[in-house]
Amino acid sequence: MIVPFANVIFNGLAYGMLLFLIAGGLSITMGLMGFANMAHISFAMLGGYVAAQLMIKAGWPFLATLPAAFVAVAIASVVVERLVFRYFYRAGELDQVLLTIGLIYISIAGATYFWGAAPQSIAMPPYLSGEIAVGPLGFSLYRLFILGMGAAITVILVVTIEWTSLGAHIRAAVDNRRMTASCGVNVDLLFTGAFAAGGGLAGLGGALSMNLLGLDPYFPFRYLVYVLIVVAIGGSRSIKGSVIAAIVLGLCDAAGKYYVPTTGAFIIYALMVAILLWRPNGLYGRR
Amino acid sequence: MVSRAMVTEAASPRAIFAEHERWRWPETVFWLAALSVVYLFPEYLTLASQVVISGLFALSLDLLLGYTGMASLGHAAFFGLGAYTAGLLGKHGWHEPLSGLVVAGLVAGAVGLVCSLVIARLQSIALLMVTLGIGVMLHEGANQAQSLTGGDDGLQGVDIAPVLGLFDWDIFGRTAFLYALAIAFLCFLAARRLVHSPFGLSLRGIKENTKRVPSLGIKVRSRVIAIFTISAALAGVAGGLLAQTTQFVGLEVLSFDRSAGVLIMLVLGGAGTLYGAFVGAALFMIAKDFLSASDPVYWYFWIGLLLCVVVAFGKGGVVGVTTRAWAAIFRRGGAK
Repeated sequence: MIVPFANVIFNGLAYGMLLFLIAGGLSITMGLMGFANMAHISFAMLGGYVAAQLMIKAGWPFLATLPAAFVAVAIASVVVERLVFRYFYRAGELDQVLLTIGLIYISIAGATYFWGAAPQSIAMPPYLSGEIAVGPLGFSLYRLFILGMGAAITVILVVTIEWTSLGAHIRAAVDNRRMTASCGVNVDLLFTGAFAAGGGLAGLGGALSMNLLGLDPYFPFRYLVYVLIVVAIGGSRSIKGSVIAAIVLGLCDAAGKYYVPTTGAFIIYALMVAILLWRPNGLYGRR
Repeated sequence: MVSRAMVTEAASPRAIFAEHERWRWPETVFWLAALSVVYLFPEYLTLASQVVISGLFALSLDLLLGYTGMASLGHAAFFGLGAYTAGLLGKHGWHEPLSGLVVAGLVAGAVGLVCSLVIARLQSIALLMVTLGIGVMLHEGANQAQSLTGGDDGLQGVDIAPVLGLFDWDIFGRTAFLYALAIAFLCFLAARRLVHSPFGLSLRGIKENTKRVPSLGIKVRSRVIAIFTISAALAGVAGGLLAQTTQFVGLEVLSFDRSAGVLIMLVLGGAGTLYGAFVGAALFMIAKDFLSASDPVYWYFWIGLLLCVVVAFGKGGVVGVTTRAWAAIFRRGGAK
């Protein structure tokens, strides 16, 4: 009774952290620029492929591939933002959604073309495999690692946004872009930086997730909806909301799969619909 | 956007509506071309039926998206409801197709009405996510209710009587195509009448500016509920057509793929044009048929690229671009 319950909580937390890493960047960029970037999930896939290919082709150790995935995807997301997205900041939300769904399709074709349709199989280093036993409970080291990474990144993000002047600029730009610009803040640069950070986080999340979620070209289709749920429930423009939404989603998913495997997906969507009907802008959105 | 020539300021409202609704000759050409498929491509009639049905489905979404400005990521819910209704009727003894379609539309419309009561106040992302949620929940529900729907295996043994008791279903899909086309044409006429009515004009007002429309005395909420219900019923009829013409209902009728697909079709063809729904469905399904024959991944690449190009450069989709090009050429020709 206790053991499976603890397992569900543990796995749910780790899954929630992954979802937060992947989706958190989207809620930042959506809050900042009001840009509904569905292709954010493709950034996560790209991060996974960068890490996987570096390990397979170049023999890099797993831990070294994580910063590489962050940097590579951060650069890629800035390139896409400068070349494509910036022209659509003023477009309607539906246009943005359709454009970026088009990009997802292209990214799936691209991933298949470059890396094949088969799932990437990666061997984790020994220090991240196996479990730690605490009494009757076993905790997977890899999930502990994800939890640690997620917690560290959450702290970094919250400290940056709440307590630094950079964070003050970002919060100001979210509230009123023109007013912030007129105070002498280079909003354009701020946006690009935030976009790079959000993309990089997704890349990192993608690299971390390939061991748990699997990685193949259809990754974006499988996890897009989860990312959207996190952003919709959390409310764009709020780190706190994203963290809570991601963890709730992770816990519900793990609990649903364990206790009611037949109706697991149903519960998540019912929860999302209920929350959005109660608060259309998300739990921490502007009311 | 719809400012058509010849309408002077002094014209009465009735005259303006009549001018908007006037039947134009390219429309006759369009429907005759659709009919001529029977003679020109008799070996592709199965695909053609699918195109017509998807076009009708896209038309139902056009009423929402193109004319009212409400997007939905779960419209397959109503398509699937209609399909299962018609399929179950056919399986359990009600073989008459036309009444089966009516019931399919009524069931989908009734569920649409209930859904619209809760989603009428939502906008943008919340609207997208709630419609998506409704679609996915229905998909899951149908998957679980195996005894009723057949689950993953689909609903087998759907038996449909000849149309009007005269036209029996044939192996080439000739009856199926003509039946689907006839129903789609009737539904199209109804939708055309609707969007050119004062009610349709109020919908366009809601699309352009939700906040100002109430000052004209229009109750946004009740209009949104009405059009959502109509759209859901129309989607149900399209789903019922699919079930009757293929005499089978697969779980895929409720899938997210279908919801996303119909949205893409409509945007490619041109939202808010009525004809865009059918043009987009034809473009999408014919391209899919040809491109995914070699490798589905190529299909993904091209559809993605096409979607980006249409969003970036092709406001109004194929129909919008063609209409503008036509107008430009026509004017340059000095016909005015």
